[in-house]
Amino acid sequence: MNREYYGKLIFELSHPGRRGAAIPSNGCPQSPQLPESLLRTSPLRLPEVDEPSLVRHYTNMSNNNFGVDTGFYPLGSCTMKYNPKINEEMASLPGFASLHPATPAQAAQGALEAYWTLQNALAEIGGMSEFTLNPFAGAHGELTGLMVIQAYHRSRGDHKRDTVIVPDSAHGTNPASAAVAGLKVVEVKSLPDGTVDVEALRPLLGDHVAAVMMTNPNTAGLFESRVAEIAEMVHECGGLMYYDGANLNPMLGVARPGDMGFDVMHVNLHKTFSTPHGGGGPGSGPVGVRKGLEQFLPNPRVERLADGTFALTVSSDSLGSVSATLGNFAVQLRALAYILTLGSEGLMEAGPLATLNANYVKESLRDLYMLPIDRVCKHEFVFDGLADKSTGVTTLNVAKRLLDYGFHAPTIYFPLLFHESLMIEPTETETRETLDGFIDVMRSIAREAAENPEMVKTAPHHTPVSRPDDTAAALNPVVKYFDL
Amino acid sequence: MAHRYFPHTPDDIKAMLGRCGVESLADLYADVPEALRLKEPYRLPASMTEKEVRDFFRALERKNRELTCFAGGGFYDHYAPAVIPSIISRSEFLTAYTPYQPEVSQGTLQYIFEYQTMMTELTGLEVSNASMYDGTTATAEAMMMAVAASRKRNRVLISATVSPQVKEVVRTYATYHGVEIDEIAEENGVTSRADFEAKLSAGAPVAGVIVASPNYYGIVEDYTGWADTCHAAKALLIMNCVAADLAVLRTPGEWGADIAAGDAQSLGMPLSFGGPYLGFLCSTKALIRKMPGRIVGATTDAEGRRVFVLTLQAREQHIRRDKATSNICSNQGLMALYATLYMGLLGANGLREVCEQGAAGARYLAAGLEATGKMRLKYPSQPWLNEFVMTCDFSVDTLIERSVAAGLLPGIKLSESDILIAVTEMQTRADMDRLIEIVKES
Repeated sequence: MNREYYGKLIFELSHPGRRGAAIPSNGCPQSPQLPESLLRTSPLRLPEVDEPSLVRHYTNMSNNNFGVDTGFYPLGSCTMKYNPKINEEMASLPGFASLHPATPAQAAQGALEAYWTLQNALAEIGGMSEFTLNPFAGAHGELTGLMVIQAYHRSRGDHKRDTVIVPDSAHGTNPASAAVAGLKVVEVKSLPDGTVDVEALRPLLGDHVAAVMMTNPNTAGLFESRVAEIAEMVHECGGLMYYDGANLNPMLGVARPGDMGFDVMHVNLHKTFSTPHGGGGPGSGPVGVRKGLEQFLPNPRVERLADGTFALTVSSDSLGSVSATLGNFAVQLRALAYILTLGSEGLMEAGPLATLNANYVKESLRDLYMLPIDRVCKHEFVFDGLADKSTGVTTLNVAKRLLDYGFHAPTIYFPLLFHESLMIEPTETETRETLDGFIDVMRSIAREAAENPEMVKTAPHHTPVSRPDDTAAALNPVVKYFDL
Repeated sequence: MAHRYFPHTPDDIKAMLGRCGVESLADLYADVPEALRLKEPYRLPASMTEKEVRDFFRALERKNRELTCFAGGGFYDHYAPAVIPSIISRSEFLTAYTPYQPEVSQGTLQYIFEYQTMMTELTGLEVSNASMYDGTTATAEAMMMAVAASRKRNRVLISATVSPQVKEVVRTYATYHGVEIDEIAEENGVTSRADFEAKLSAGAPVAGVIVASPNYYGIVEDYTGWADTCHAAKALLIMNCVAADLAVLRTPGEWGADIAAGDAQSLGMPLSFGGPYLGFLCSTKALIRKMPGRIVGATTDAEGRRVFVLTLQAREQHIRRDKATSNICSNQGLMALYATLYMGLLGANGLREVCEQGAAGARYLAAGLEATGKMRLKYPSQPWLNEFVMTCDFSVDTLIERSVAAGLLPGIKLSESDILIAVTEMQTRADMDRLIEIVKES
């Protein structure tokens, strides 16, 4: 990463008369215009830039960005593992890239087979009967899953179920997805050990409960050991169990949501299955269901027919559609390449190694950072800020100081269980040397906080830009170049 | 031997387990009840080498047919300059997360700011968010925005001429979100003004009205006066658009719309069997706090330099949870960069040229098809840009079958006799002549 700030906008490079692309010609004569009243009259102020200047602009801009290929990215709950290069190559093969979504099935057999193969691999890994790959992201998967659950209840004439229960440690998307799906949200408390309070859950259950959403391991990185008991309670009251797959990575090779009693789940291909985050997407949030719920999955579905060919099918019991197409198909291809590359044996190793890396970091820092829950963690864990609270140095300060040392910051102020949450997820693709380097820096920061707290509080000092004024940005939003 | 993505040697594992105070990796899972544990390896293929993976995908690729594409329906085969894949595969962009740490994410934040600017220019509206998943979900979010902005209304009208996929997704969201959807009838391929006014004035109060331009049949509808009618009834006007066409067509802003939503795949994105594409969502400034998703704003850093940040985050799920404007978290960030690069390379002149080439080609093809005497324009009196519906004297299935055999995808089947055909700068006159020949022989 270049620590010199570039900062220009493409509009500032514009020079009338320049262009960066030549349009192919189909050789047809120009045609008469549409009626004036249907044409735009306002100017279209796009930049006019030559190709070399544009390439240099975005290259310089990219140099102010931090990615997984730049350095260690211990962002909790985001699973910033290495994004393999072969996946990128497979996703852009012309025989896939040129396929229109309306291509008849007989001309898209390879694409449908890829979808079907991934869907089955996910079903095996999740312990589910069938997956849809149509949802575009994790939150979209949650929404789709909650629609599956409602379609199921409605199909039984059960219209009372208007409530979803989520633990207070849940990702913000859980309650937000429930609200979009038209469901009420009730929070269930966590115990001091960070897991769901089963006794607090019991009285919340009843015939108004559509589902209980859980993340396992939860957002504190702890395995919910009583999950089977919870599933039994929820099923007894007629509700379904939803598995938020954001934290599936440490379960690879260890346990399957289907075997824990979950009925519906999503996975984030951009977390567990190594597809790049792209600065905030495109992701992919496939949704799996246990046997008996397949017909409620969104239309269309991909099926293998008796003759071995693949076809798109629609079900009248389906919840409806959540996308125009089969989802972020090129992202799905990347995930399939990853699963094939790791193979069964590689996938079996991924979870335990992710868990080993997280525990190694936790055990190496627990004397200087407050460990609110002293348990073996899974892929991630949470510190409640520095152990020494006398310095006034906050989690935000620690996070910003890490940037000075060339590391990305952990997730901060989440989960909401603690005031100074600092959530660290190293993933399995980091070397022990990288982890040791991170540990050394975290220890240095703790030392700096005691010796020179002002320096830590004013960090970062060595990044391309210093701390932006968020308040000014929100008070008077300037969201486009022409308003600058 | 460890997999190449995993750096752990047996010595590493031993030393690291020692630091954790346990003997084996299995000890790290002592809290997972025995009954829940996986008892055997996944029933999945063994690890493949890179060459094997490549061979596997190439074999699948060969089972697809690469076809000259006259299909549209919202997704079009456009030319993409080589610069775009080169820039978007830069790992600094590709492997970054959402720009939560602005000090090390100015690259992502700047291109989103550029993207927002370009989308507001295209749509003629004041603000844009950082992207949505696709055009269908963007329109569904616009529907929910209108309901939220109205506070107490939960009825939305949607024109019959909106793409069936968009209508289906809007209906799905509405079903669960508790919104009543009423369809405005179609008349000769365009939205019925009389039915619009009737439905707006009768029944429960309307929060928003969703129309398309161009509509699913490629027709550019005239919405003169529609915004005033909507606003008089305190309803918002939402326009579903094909992003690239807005370089020449009257913009949602010029029509007086409050929200523009749609798919921006038409900005040169690979068809990729359906994705990733890019949903866009723009609105008036008055609605900015009702917008779903990320928004990037300009501000200054401690040294007074102009920098960019995610702003108005109090709308979002990670802060507001069940009170958020939407549940969207990951969006289509990298595809917003794709669109920005495309618009930056082509500029306004290039975008116009693309529209003109499509319109010119479409007229050549439509005339050629009509000259066969076997097909005719279904809506000859309506204005259109680069997409049109033809009625055939023979079965559309037969046409598709014969064309595919000849390496062409002739369009999208609308009924046994109707087909939707699109032309862009990518299909040559020779391609069109081949399609005309196939029709002649049918």
